[in-house]
Amino acid sequence: MHFSIQNILFLLVAVAGFGLFAWQVRKIRANILVGRDRDMSGNINERLSKTLLVAFGQQKMFKRLTPAILHLIVYVGFIVINIEVIEILIDGLFGTHRVLQFLGPLYSALTGTNEILGALVLLAVAAFWWRRNVKGVRRFTGPEMRAWPRLDANIILYVEVILMLALFTMNTADLKLHQLEGRTLPGAFPISSLLTGLFPENTTALAVLERIGWWGHIIGILLFLNYLPSSKHFHIIMAFPNVYYSRLVPQGQFSNVDSITHEVKAMMDPSYEVPAPPVGPDGSAAAPTPFGAKDVDDLAWTNLLNAYSCTECGRCTSVCPANLTGKLLSPRKIIMDTRDRVEEKYNSPLVFSPNLYGKEAKHDSQEQLDAESHTLLRGYVTPEELWACTTCNACVEACPVNINPLESIVEMRRFLVLEESAAPNSLNVMFSNIENNGAPWAFSPSDRFNWADDLYVADKSATSVAG
Amino acid sequence: MAEQTAKRPVSVPLMADLAAKGETPEVLFWVGCAGAFDDRYKRVTRAFVRILEHVGVNYAVLGMEESCTGDPAKRAGNEFLFQMQAMQNITTLNGYGIKKVVTACPHCFNTIKNEYPALGGEYEVIHHSTFLQQLIDEGKVKAEGGESFKGRRITFHDSCYLGRANNIYEAPRAVLEVLDADLLEMKRCKTNGLCCGAGGAQMWKEPEPGKKDINIERAEEALATLDGDADVLLNLQGVESTAPVLPAGSNRGGSVIAVACPFCMTMMADGVKNKERESDVQVFDLAELIASAEGLNA
Repeated sequence: MHFSIQNILFLLVAVAGFGLFAWQVRKIRANILVGRDRDMSGNINERLSKTLLVAFGQQKMFKRLTPAILHLIVYVGFIVINIEVIEILIDGLFGTHRVLQFLGPLYSALTGTNEILGALVLLAVAAFWWRRNVKGVRRFTGPEMRAWPRLDANIILYVEVILMLALFTMNTADLKLHQLEGRTLPGAFPISSLLTGLFPENTTALAVLERIGWWGHIIGILLFLNYLPSSKHFHIIMAFPNVYYSRLVPQGQFSNVDSITHEVKAMMDPSYEVPAPPVGPDGSAAAPTPFGAKDVDDLAWTNLLNAYSCTECGRCTSVCPANLTGKLLSPRKIIMDTRDRVEEKYNSPLVFSPNLYGKEAKHDSQEQLDAESHTLLRGYVTPEELWACTTCNACVEACPVNINPLESIVEMRRFLVLEESAAPNSLNVMFSNIENNGAPWAFSPSDRFNWADDLYVADKSATSVAG
Repeated sequence: MAEQTAKRPVSVPLMADLAAKGETPEVLFWVGCAGAFDDRYKRVTRAFVRILEHVGVNYAVLGMEESCTGDPAKRAGNEFLFQMQAMQNITTLNGYGIKKVVTACPHCFNTIKNEYPALGGEYEVIHHSTFLQQLIDEGKVKAEGGESFKGRRITFHDSCYLGRANNIYEAPRAVLEVLDADLLEMKRCKTNGLCCGAGGAQMWKEPEPGKKDINIERAEEALATLDGDADVLLNLQGVESTAPVLPAGSNRGGSVIAVACPFCMTMMADGVKNKERESDVQVFDLAELIASAEGLNA
């Protein structure tokens, strides 16, 4: 071990990096918790196995094979290469060099796998970049894919390239240094051994290059870590809690609003006792919550967790029947709007505040008539988008990390109908038909059984041959 | 020499009459508003009753005591109206001690099965596709003695509230299997099925402005699948589809788009009509196909 100023420097950098990240995560946690309470406890085994399959196992990604394979490479690369980050952390703190070499053949397997994965990641990232910027996959476009989301997607790819290049610089320089000094570098380096010819023959230069690669890799990772909370790349962390807390009930089952249940029961049975409203900490009655959602804090915390898990991949929008046929609705926009709005109203990540990019870079400000209507509903999401939804669950089914845009859509519809009576007129006609006739159409309830008139069935037990 | 089958009149048993006699049916047939009022879907209701009668199922209907489940109100955001309807229906169903409900409407099915329990209505709820599958598995329905579908092309359109909403994909296909027809899958089927455009209360309103109606998009896909038209299928990327549709009567004749939902029925039939293909492509519910294949229509 050689303690040096480098170790102290490393400690400071690491503490600052992780500390800043923890601070950002706390702010985001607070953002998510402004959502309405919803009990998602219990069913731990079912939730864990779902997390294992959908988040860890990427089950739903494999509906589309090409991106699934590319993503799998980057994902496995991320996980395996991060084992090397553990080594970097130990080396950095204690002045060791390649501390895991005591693993022997296992270390060779690890470093060799890392190198091959690193090369594959570079190829996959190049393919991702080509799909996004040259081929122009349709789901990467759309009105919600404004300046910032487009830039963000490419930044992620560039950072991944830089991280891999740093890894190869470190390994190649280290390898060549050992070769020049006649020593053996523990581990296997199938890619770096091909690159040594590109590096200088000077041992000092190689030592510097090795350090540049080493520091570049770890500083890159710490910067990237702190970039995550501002980026769609946050999904690498949030996908796991999001899948864990996703709904276990059938997709067709919508929530029943409890406060309405109490009211309806009280109407039908005057002796029914409506539970007392929750009492605030100071003993006064808490402000009544509106029916449905007007703003982000009217949504459940799981809906806000959804917003922070979104990868903006557009699978939801690409299968949405309304969007496919040219309507304004885009489920991805609902989710992205939710995240933008919660950060506008509450905490914004420190490093990349949306204001740095101007409002236009993030979302289209719609109908911002006054401060009153500058909420998630109307300020970001228009009623026209909401009314285009067929509640078909295609978006829910398509999401690789179990985001549920439909829940948020229905919550906002509830606000429009129950708080503002702002349903389209034809739906109001349907409502009054149900109220008056017990059917959504204007038919008389007394005709409900007419279908059974003059009904005959062939009596096959009495078959005869005629004619 | 035509085989002529005797027919008998059906008096559909009403729950109130059975209750008056102290009887409980094995299963309550929940007809639904479309099944009771929509002229086209009344034929499905009647076909399903013919099957129930033929097999000798001990069933009953609520008749005028049935009321909308509240599905369209709930999907449109009117939770209050939904719960009023739900409580009213639950009171009726519980009053008769109903244990098992079968319905030909995926929306009624989903609502009663998934959303009524929390409001006090717990029943075994099955969709008629599953019910028909059970009858076929038990050998009670053989799809013999009626219209032959052998060699005819049939494609099944998944209803969202049956498929993605409740994971029922195989039952309707198993029912169609028995017809010995040429079953074709649309590219967007099962979990990837494309909505007909009527769910979420869209049935009762005009679509928002867009480039195309959803049911046209879906009908084009169904027709291209039945026609085996690869060009149209390739063109169906969603937004623009200017591919020509085959002129009426030019395909193999008598193809069927099978549905299992009253709203899908309306939307697909409208789509076929819009494409001027009614003469050679028909839209049928599973119950109609089975009743017809079994020779129960009289």
